[in-house]
Amino acid sequence: MKLTINGDVKEIKDGIVLSELLVIENVEMPEMVSVQLNDEFLKQGEYQTITLKENDEINFLYFMGGGA
Amino acid sequence: MKDFSDEELERYSRHIILQDVGIEGQEKIANSKILVIGAGGLGSPVALYLAAAGVGEIGIVDGDVVDLSNLQRQVIHATADVNVPKVLSAKAKMEAINPNVKVTVYQKFLDASNILDIVKGYDFVIDGTDNFSSKFLINDACVLANVPYSHGGILRFGGQTMTIKPHESACYACVFDSPPPANAIPTCSSAGILGAVAGMLGTIQAAEALKYIVGVGEPLYNRLLTFDAKTMNFRNVNFKKNPKCRVCGGEGIKEIKDYEAVVCEAKL
Repeated sequence: MKLTINGDVKEIKDGIVLSELLVIENVEMPEMVSVQLNDEFLKQGEYQTITLKENDEINFLYFMGGGA
Repeated sequence: MKDFSDEELERYSRHIILQDVGIEGQEKIANSKILVIGAGGLGSPVALYLAAAGVGEIGIVDGDVVDLSNLQRQVIHATADVNVPKVLSAKAKMEAINPNVKVTVYQKFLDASNILDIVKGYDFVIDGTDNFSSKFLINDACVLANVPYSHGGILRFGGQTMTIKPHESACYACVFDSPPPANAIPTCSSAGILGAVAGMLGTIQAAEALKYIVGVGEPLYNRLLTFDAKTMNFRNVNFKKNPKCRVCGGEGIKEIKDYEAVVCEAKL
């Protein structure tokens, strides 16, 4: 299925849940991203239960705490 | 209204001839009060550009002194400033660039006991802090005090920023909810930062502040600008204000509280 991940359209195997996509996309520390699925921000506990479908748009927004 | 002197008219001439700023926009800048929280990697370019731009009053907050390892990126400080309080070092450079600007220094770190009183007196706030407890505290304070602000974060080769108009656009917590667990945070001294990346992000924050004051263009409301200096890819991620946001939503916060401070040395 086609998914849009951080703005890029990618072919990803059907039927995976969000936590599997995090692994495929090499998100090493899920605690350090806020995940947006089709305009909604998800809670960390939901990643295992949300099955992705064709044309879903996913953004991984990394926490960036630096500034000094 | 402000009567600019001949010196000021010449100093600000490139703003004044700029369509969308003009003499009216420069007056707005001269009558504005902006608070810069943190005189470090982000605060340095922000404070320099705001002073150069002729912002009437600039507050600058930092409880630290200049360290040799700061000078790779904190361009408002010089080698001779090592061990000098950052706010005093910053104030001297800002006044040297533009003596028309009034600089107020707060030689302290902000916490729940003092942040609201300080933030309330300003038209716009810049987050130039280096930790999540401060970033979330600034968001809470700006939402409670209804003061617009610019969030900024940098890490290694990357940066992110968004501009927040409380109760109108999405706030930092609409997107990131709460500070991440302390043991996961790759920030602080050991993650590293390319010095120029701090300048890239800080100048974006300064431009956002000036846009807001002048009332020109489209601020970074309801979108997070992220960039990766390795690829030089810039991206906007759009979102909406979350009606259930922990901070600015219908059941949002009513009072200010400190977040647990993260001890940087505990991991990595």
